[in-house]
Amino acid sequence: MTDTTEKADFRAVAPALKSAAPRRAPRRARTWRLVTPWLFLLAPLALLITFTYAPIANMVAYSFTDWDGVSPELHYTGAENYEELFTREDLFQVFWVSGYYLAASAVQIVAALYFATVLSFNLRFRNFFKGVLFFPSLVNGVAIGFVFLYFFQDGGTLDTVLGLFGYDTDHAWLGTPFSANTSLAGVSIWRYLGMNFVLFLGAIQSIPGELYEASELDGANRWHQFRYIILPGIKPVLTLTVILSVSGSLSAFEIPYIMTGGATGTETFVIQTVKLAFQFNKTGLASAAAVVLLLIILLVTWVQRRLVPDDRVDLV
Amino acid sequence: MTRRAVARTLVYLSLVLAAVVVLLPLGVVFLTSLKTENETANDGGALTLPRDPLNFDNYVTAFQDGGMLAAFGNTAFILLISVGGTVLIGSMTAYAIDRFTFRFRKLVVALFLIAALVPGVTTQVATFQIVHSVGLFDTRWAPIALYMGTDIVSIYIFLQFVRSIPISLDEAARLDGANAFTIYRRIIFPLLKPAIATVVIVKGIAVYNDFYIPFLYMPSQDLGVISTSLFRFKGPYAAHWETISAGAVLVILPTLIVFLVLQKYIYNGFMRGATR
Repeated sequence: MTDTTEKADFRAVAPALKSAAPRRAPRRARTWRLVTPWLFLLAPLALLITFTYAPIANMVAYSFTDWDGVSPELHYTGAENYEELFTREDLFQVFWVSGYYLAASAVQIVAALYFATVLSFNLRFRNFFKGVLFFPSLVNGVAIGFVFLYFFQDGGTLDTVLGLFGYDTDHAWLGTPFSANTSLAGVSIWRYLGMNFVLFLGAIQSIPGELYEASELDGANRWHQFRYIILPGIKPVLTLTVILSVSGSLSAFEIPYIMTGGATGTETFVIQTVKLAFQFNKTGLASAAAVVLLLIILLVTWVQRRLVPDDRVDLV
Repeated sequence: MTRRAVARTLVYLSLVLAAVVVLLPLGVVFLTSLKTENETANDGGALTLPRDPLNFDNYVTAFQDGGMLAAFGNTAFILLISVGGTVLIGSMTAYAIDRFTFRFRKLVVALFLIAALVPGVTTQVATFQIVHSVGLFDTRWAPIALYMGTDIVSIYIFLQFVRSIPISLDEAARLDGANAFTIYRRIIFPLLKPAIATVVIVKGIAVYNDFYIPFLYMPSQDLGVISTSLFRFKGPYAAHWETISAGAVLVILPTLIVFLVLQKYIYNGFMRGATR
């Protein structure tokens, strides 16, 4: 009891004392005060600059050269790499592959929205369904890749299940570009749906319950509630998800790399960049590709910030 | 009323269908991991039950020949240090940015803000050269440094929490003669516990599951983490689905246990992490 009152008194006089303190402080204490925040920031800033800013600067520089990543020799080639990137058809085709993942994201967002809405109401086994839907987003990507390699394998899970329904097939699911890309995009839905779903669910549940009750009194049905309460309520999260999906589709890597290694027309932008840089030693060209991807993603993010002014990112 | 009942049934149907779609591929792999080589090769049916449900031979193979034991060791080492480092770095940055006014403060904040927009996958081409030149390539310190140095999300999370700690606490401590480091260590850091829990969960799962960075930076066989070691099953066990399945289950199982135990924290953690 006495302790708390004492503390309160302490706080009341604190501001007065604070204003007096700097005047009395000797010079050494003052420099110490100036240096302190930098001591805290030393390691974080060093890491930030070494592993984020230095690479970006280098990458832009490499992108104008023909460097192979190993030899000490490199030549300035101007915008040649960029030209090659946009004119060589085999290099440009990775953008079409992103289309599959973009389409998949659309399906994924709609499905996640549906499940989040449904499970925001009181249902039996709600926590079970929530857990099951969310779990894939925690699973290791390589494990997922293998799980689905077996799933799509000849005589694997999918064929067996289809066989149960009397639909015997020897379709090679990963055999043609269209089928393979569709399958891989399907795996990506399986993997990431849960994350979108949980974010939507959280946003829906933070909508005050009275709104639903009031709307029910006004005779609103479930669709009205979704359209006029839920959808506006989760708009910020929804836009964020759309943006993340776009950049995610462009930088799809793990699932296709693990499952097909980019064979049969499933090569994505990042797989191509990795191959250019680390297999074919075309660091210059790979850098140009990475710069293009970075610019696209920054552009998409910029559009998002314009569309939804985010009041939570007010760090300054 | 019947229309409502039909709608309800359809909703449950969709949920059950979704649950089957999620669980079936995983369940089948679990079944396969308990089968013998003969069973997977000849019986064909992926949905058949293993003849001996207690056949753990494949797990032994995966652990010993597949190098999963060493992989778990490497993953644990990298996980502990990089998550610990992320917590320290994130909380220190947040403390410095929120509690001090200094020159170039806005510039520093902007540097962290802009870095958050840059996806790591895009810059690896050049990051690789830097990691190489500082001599970290093909050591366990390469992923550790990268995980610690490029995590802006955790700084956001810490910053939100540091802000909610009343400054009067700092001032009271300062009057008691505490310097900035003591305040950080004794007052700020202990009060950050919920944020630390969030960062540990989100970061821990991300590090455990990461494939890209260890794949690029640690090509040596004996430096395999669980992702890369499992990936290497693809070669020697190409047609041995029972071994590959056992490896996959070994990797998924810890995740499942952690999820079941920490469910609530995990949902909250990801919500906080994504909507920062």
